[in-house]
Amino acid sequence: MKLLFEKEVKGSNRFRFPEPEVSADAAPEMIPAEHLRTADLGIPELSEVEAVRHFTALSKRAFGVDDGPYPLGSCTMKYTPKICEAAALLPGFADIHPYQSPWTVQGALKLLYELQRDLAQLTGMDAFTLQPAAGAHGELCGMMIVRAYHKSTGADAQRNVVLVPDSAHGTNPATAAAVGYQVREVKSGPDGLVDLEDLKSKLGGDVAGLMLTNPNTVGLFEKNIEEISRLVHEAGGLLYYDGANLNAIVGVARPGDMGFDVCHVNLHKTFATPHGGGGPGAGGVGVKDFLAPFLPKPVIEWNEEEDVYTLNRDLPESIGKIKTFYGNFGVCVKAYAYIRLNGFAGLRAVAQHAVLNANYLKKRLSARYEIPFDVICKHEFVATNARQAKNGVRTLDIAKRLIDFGYHPPTIYFPLIVNEAMMFEPTETESKERLDEIAAAMNTIADEAETDPGKVKGAPYTTVIGRVDETRAARHPVLKYVSE
Amino acid sequence: MQYTPNTESQAAEMLAELGLSSLGDLFTDIPESIRRKCVLDETPGETEPSVRARLEQLAQDNWSAGDAPVFLGAGCYDHYIPAAADYLLQRSEFATSYTPYQPEISQGILQGIFEYQTLICRLTGMAVANASLYCGGSALSSACRIAAETVKKRKILLPASLHPEYAEIVKSAGIAGFYETVEVPVAESASAGSPSGVIDLAAFESLLDSDVAAALIPYPNFYGALEPVGELVRLVRAKTNALVVMSVDPFSLAMLKSPGEWGADIAVGDAQSLGNRMSFGGPHLGFMAVTEKLLRKIPGRLVGQSVDDRGNRCFVLTLQAREQHIRREKANSNICSNQALCALATAMYLTFIGPAGLKQAAAISHKLTCYAQEKFRRAGFKIRYTAPVFQEFAVCVDNPAEANEFLLENGIIGGYELPGALLFAFTEKRTAEEVDELVEAMSKYAFPAEKESAEGEEQE
Repeated sequence: MKLLFEKEVKGSNRFRFPEPEVSADAAPEMIPAEHLRTADLGIPELSEVEAVRHFTALSKRAFGVDDGPYPLGSCTMKYTPKICEAAALLPGFADIHPYQSPWTVQGALKLLYELQRDLAQLTGMDAFTLQPAAGAHGELCGMMIVRAYHKSTGADAQRNVVLVPDSAHGTNPATAAAVGYQVREVKSGPDGLVDLEDLKSKLGGDVAGLMLTNPNTVGLFEKNIEEISRLVHEAGGLLYYDGANLNAIVGVARPGDMGFDVCHVNLHKTFATPHGGGGPGAGGVGVKDFLAPFLPKPVIEWNEEEDVYTLNRDLPESIGKIKTFYGNFGVCVKAYAYIRLNGFAGLRAVAQHAVLNANYLKKRLSARYEIPFDVICKHEFVATNARQAKNGVRTLDIAKRLIDFGYHPPTIYFPLIVNEAMMFEPTETESKERLDEIAAAMNTIADEAETDPGKVKGAPYTTVIGRVDETRAARHPVLKYVSE
Repeated sequence: MQYTPNTESQAAEMLAELGLSSLGDLFTDIPESIRRKCVLDETPGETEPSVRARLEQLAQDNWSAGDAPVFLGAGCYDHYIPAAADYLLQRSEFATSYTPYQPEISQGILQGIFEYQTLICRLTGMAVANASLYCGGSALSSACRIAAETVKKRKILLPASLHPEYAEIVKSAGIAGFYETVEVPVAESASAGSPSGVIDLAAFESLLDSDVAAALIPYPNFYGALEPVGELVRLVRAKTNALVVMSVDPFSLAMLKSPGEWGADIAVGDAQSLGNRMSFGGPHLGFMAVTEKLLRKIPGRLVGQSVDDRGNRCFVLTLQAREQHIRREKANSNICSNQALCALATAMYLTFIGPAGLKQAAAISHKLTCYAQEKFRRAGFKIRYTAPVFQEFAVCVDNPAEANEFLLENGIIGGYELPGALLFAFTEKRTAEEVDELVEAMSKYAFPAEKESAEGEEQE
C-alpha cells in the first residue's frame, strides 16, 4: 500500500479557514524575519476523499478486539463498551481546557474524584492519583513516591536496590532503573512463584522495596504474599503492586489487603478503556495513608459541606509532577463509565469470568500443548511448544499460524522464565463458543505441526504481508519516508 | 450492565468441565485471610441509559469551548479539528488494537505511525522521530536524561520562560539522580523598562560551563515569546559540548523556523495542538525528534521499514534492543504504552488540513494575536513582555483571578493567571469579534469609570 507521501497531488487539498475580519493596519505582523520558516512543511496534499480512503484502508490493515478475540497475555484485551467512547466525546468533557477556573469544571473534577475514590476502594488503598498516562508511567510515579519516602526518613542513601522477580514485566526493572535504583533479581521456584528462600537472601538494609505482580505473569496467585509482605517490611522495604494483572482479582481480593504500600492500575486493561494501537492508556497510582503526602500535584479535594471540588497544589512533600495537567482525562471518563455500568459486584463477576475463561481454555489446550504450571490459574496461563518442537515448530510459528484462523496470537516469548512461552489471556468478554473455536484452531495447528510442519512454519498465509525481515529493519533503520 | 457473554448455564458447563462447582472455587488459591478483607460497597451496576444520563449531567456541569470562547492556551490550545479526522479516529480497528507487535495484522497501525514519524521529522526538521511519548513535559524530561547520559555531564539549564509544569516534570524526574537543574532567568529589557519575556543572554552565557549537559529552549516560550534561539545556540556551541534541546509547539512551526533549521540536537513538544481535543489536559501526546547521531538514544517505540518474505515493503517495530521488554533494567527508558492513537490523530489532522490549511491556521492565529495586542494597547493596557510573540501574550492586570471571574461573568473563558498578568492565547477558532469582546470586557473590568485615565493598570 502506498504511503500518504506517495499519493500526493499538488493543489488537491482544499481545506481552508475563514479569514478573520481584521484590518491590516491594526495587526502588524511582528515575527522578525530570522524567525520565519523557510523550509517546506512537507505535509502531503491529498483531497479529502482520497485521504479518507487512505486512513480507511489503513484501518482495514489493522486488527482490534472488535475484529476478533485477542488472547494477548498480560494485556487484558477485553471488549470495551461503546457507551464509554460516546461519553468521552461529549463536548463537556472533550472540549474543556485544563486551566479553566475550577468552578467551570466541577463535573470533570467530580468525575476524577469519584474515580479515585472507587479505585482506592477496589485496590484497598487510601489515596489515589490519576496523573500517570500509562502502566509504566504509573510504575515510575509509584517508585518515585517510594524513593521520596525513603528520602524523607533519611534512608535513601543506603537503600539503593529494588528487588524484582525474574518473572516480572520488563517495565518493572526498567522503572526501578529509571528512578535511579539498582535492580536485584529474585528467582522463581519450580512452582512458578517467588522463591521465599531466595527472597530472604536478597533482602537487606540496602533494599528500598520489592515490585511484584499478583497474580504473576505465569498467571498464578502468589499465595505466600502475606509472608513476602512481612519479610519485605521487616527489612525496611516497601511493597509495590504492578496492577497489570488486576483483572484476575478485581472485586475478589485487594493489593492493599495483601500488604502492598503502593500500586498502579492500568485503566486500559482492567477498566476497559481501549488500547488505541499502543495508547493512550492511564496508570492511576494508589497509596496507603503514610505515602499520600508524596502524591504528584495537584490533588483533587472535595469540600463536602459546600459540595465543591478544588485542586490543591500546596503539597510540600509531593514528588512534584510527572505529566502535564491531570493525566489522560478522556481515558478516565471511559473507566468511570465502565465502573458505573458494572458496579462493584459486576466487577467481581468480571474477575470470575476472566478466570473461568482462562482455566477453561487451558483445559481445552492441555490435551495437545505442554502447560508448565497446570494448576488453577488466574486470568492467564502459559503454554509452550514443547510437544511441537520435535518437528521443528517454534512458538513463533504457532502464533503466526493462529492469525490465519482469525485470532490475534497470544503473547509469545514471555515470561522469560518459561522457554518458548505462549501466554494466553482470553478475558471475560469471550464466550464459550469463541473459546471452543480458539481451542479447535490450536488443535488443528497441533495436528499440522505433526503432519505438515512446513505449513505452520510458513504461516501466515491470509495476511496482507508475510513474515517480516526484522533484522534488516534494525540493521539498516529506515524510520521515515524519503522520496527517491 | 455487564459485558460477559457467557450465560449462567454455559458457566456451569465450563465449571463442570473443570471439576468445580462454583465460580468461588476458582479463587481458593488466594488465602482466605486476604479474601475476607475485600469488603466493598455492593453498588449494583447501572443500565446504559442511566450511565449516559449520569455522564451527560457531569459533562453539562462543565463550561466547554462550545459554550464560551476560550482564550486560554498555556500548553493546551482550542484548535479546529477537521470532521474527517475526528470521524476516522473512531474506527475501532485503530481504537481497539494493541501495540503492533504482530506486523502481519498490524500494517495499518504501523504505517500510520511511520507516516506520523515522517511528518514530525519534516515539521521539526529533525532526522528521527519516535512513535510518541506521554506529553510534552515528560518528553522534555526524557530529553534531559538523554543529554546527561550522552554528554556525561549533570547540569541542565532550565529557563524561567519554560512552561512551569514542564519545568516541574523535569525537576521531579531529577529524583533519579541523572541530572540537576539550574534556573536561567528571564531578561529585563532596558529600553522599555519592562521584562522582555525571553532568556537573559548574559545570565545564560555565565551559566554555560563544562558541566552543562543540555540547554533547554522553549519556542515559543511559556509567555508566547520567541527566544533569541540563534544567539542561544551560538553560545552553547561556542562554550560547551552540551546538547541543545528545543521544546516547541509544533503548530507554530507552520510559521516559525524549525528546530532542525536552528541546529537543535533534540526537539520535543506536545502535539495536542495538531489534531487532539483539549480533553481537560489529556490524552495528548509528547513527541521527540533527534539528530541521526542520537538515533539509538531515543526512548520508546520506533517503526521502521523492511520487507516481508514475499518481497513486499512493510513496516515493523524496530531497534527494540533499546526498550524495556528486551533490555529490562538496561533499557534507555521504562516506557511501554505511549499515545499511539493521538499520534494517528496528528497524522490525520495534518493530512486533512494540508500544508496550506496549516499555514493559514498559523497565520490567522498570529494575525489575531497582533490584532489583540494592538487593541489591548489602544485600550490602555500594558503588555507584560516586550519580545515578539506568535499566538500568545500576557496583559498586565492587578488582580488576574478577579479579572478572570469578571470575564466568565461576561461569557468568556479568560487567560492563564500569571502574577500580575493574564496570559491570553488566540487560535484560528477565535474571531475578530470575540477579540473585541475580550478587550471590551477587560476594559470594563480594569477601567470601570469612564473618566479614569487609560494608563492606570500597570503594577505587577
